[in-house]
Amino acid sequence: MTERPPLPDGFVAVVKQDCPTCQLVEPVLVQLVDAAELVAVVTQDDPSFPDLTTASSTPERTFDDDLAISYLWDIETVPTLLRIEDGEEVERIVGWDRQQWQDLTGLPDLGPDLPDWRPGCGSLSVDPMRADELAGRFSASGLRSRRVEFAELEDDFEAMWDRGWSDGLPLVPPTEARVARMLAGTTRAPDEVVAVVPPDLVECTVEKVAVNAVMAGCLPEHLPVVLSALEAACTREFNMHGLLATTFFSGPILIVNGPIRQRIGMNSGVNALGQGNRANSTIGRALQLVVRNVGGGLPGGVDRATLGSPGKLGFCFAEDEEGSPFTPLSVDRGLEPGVDAVTLFAGHGPTSIIDQKSREPESLVRSFAAVLRANAHPKLPLKIDAVLVISPEHGRIFREAGWGRVQLMARLGELLLLDSDELVQGAGGIAEGIPEAFAGMQLPKFREGGLLVCHAGGGAGLFSAVLGGWVNGEEGSDPVTVPIGT
Amino acid sequence: MTTVLDPTGERQVAERALLDRPSSIEGKVVGLLDITKPRGDVFLDHLEQGLRRRGVADVVRFAKPTYTKPAPVDLRHEISTKCDLVIEALAD
Repeated sequence: MTERPPLPDGFVAVVKQDCPTCQLVEPVLVQLVDAAELVAVVTQDDPSFPDLTTASSTPERTFDDDLAISYLWDIETVPTLLRIEDGEEVERIVGWDRQQWQDLTGLPDLGPDLPDWRPGCGSLSVDPMRADELAGRFSASGLRSRRVEFAELEDDFEAMWDRGWSDGLPLVPPTEARVARMLAGTTRAPDEVVAVVPPDLVECTVEKVAVNAVMAGCLPEHLPVVLSALEAACTREFNMHGLLATTFFSGPILIVNGPIRQRIGMNSGVNALGQGNRANSTIGRALQLVVRNVGGGLPGGVDRATLGSPGKLGFCFAEDEEGSPFTPLSVDRGLEPGVDAVTLFAGHGPTSIIDQKSREPESLVRSFAAVLRANAHPKLPLKIDAVLVISPEHGRIFREAGWGRVQLMARLGELLLLDSDELVQGAGGIAEGIPEAFAGMQLPKFREGGLLVCHAGGGAGLFSAVLGGWVNGEEGSDPVTVPIGT
Repeated sequence: MTTVLDPTGERQVAERALLDRPSSIEGKVVGLLDITKPRGDVFLDHLEQGLRRRGVADVVRFAKPTYTKPAPVDLRHEISTKCDLVIEALAD
């Protein structure tokens, strides 16, 4: 942040000529100068305004043509009257309100011919046409990232591609103004370290996250989700390093809960897992760009995926909590209801569950179990987690029968208790499977907590989805749910 | 002309010279690091036998706790203090 230009102790008025209220208070400013109260006048648009020639003395006059004073002293309205003590603002009033001006200055009979009250005008420093440029100019000077200047003849988009920053899709150029605007989306300081990002184990600041979020196409209000998701991804439990390096399909999947879903316009409805919603599409992408650019995780480098999956461009969606027959995923995972949260799951998909015939939960849950049994491989239990995304039309069947999350999970647990004789290596004529030593027992398909259930999707369609996971637990990744900060 | 902020970690990579390749493995202590993928041990058993036939002083076996995470610092330190050479094996 640029240092604030100093203002002298006493009363300081900030005005612009192109404001009827400022013109209105011109004689009041003369009164204040005469009373030796007004020590400085800052003018935004016309250095000859206000006319103080009739005053008994001349206060310090500043033409704030670059708006540095106005921006950095947070002037939103003109006229603003500031009282400065020891270089710091102690009081301010805006617009014209005789009583307020008299109370603040202690002077009676200010502007006797004026109306009692007139609202002020917008300060030039908050003019929408200039605000971004100002934010870029004044906030960005505190940004520490290296500046990269593209050559005159370079195309910006090609230049970013040539430097290896892209995941294969176009990027938004992270100019100072855009990054500064992005940083307005968080209360965190730009130089705060968010996480140590694998695979290169690089300390990543809020600023670097903002740069990548700009490139991904995020809006400032998306940034807190990206920051919290990065923190969750870089925990030992989630194991982003291994998830990146694996030959398996998976990448980080982000599931968002809480009121922030509506606040930032996320999609939990029609095409919830698909394209077309800016927040869904860019938040997951921003996380992956941080791993790529800050962490140095490149496909073909440390990313050794055999096939990968399209979700590795970014996979983020919101749960439809309002229409759900179940408690929200974040609450099931230990957070309070109503808390903004993001759950990270190492996975890919979706795999489809078609069931257009079931009208009873018992039938539908058997369909779910049949598809879930095949997660990763029908003969491999316990090692791979999954997310079951239940659509509204399937959810309705549970709601109408009074099934909540507990009943659903209990029944799925029973149905997914597998006869290990069918799972051992060679069984069913398939070499893949578990060691012979496990024969003769019942094994659950999913470990405790290894099946996550959430609710999303459009109102029509008797389909649900399975998002298959990567190897779980200490050996691989555990889902991580964190509250979303500010 | 556009100026943008560098999105990378801006790492200063420390360059380290490779050690000289030993002219012989005879009399050397060789570490074998199993990353714990299935059947990696089978491969390393074969390697160990071959190395012993070729006159190494000793073969010391190590294993990563899991193949999905980098080897812990302590393990890397132990290998560097106990061995002249190390072979890391990936099998599946």
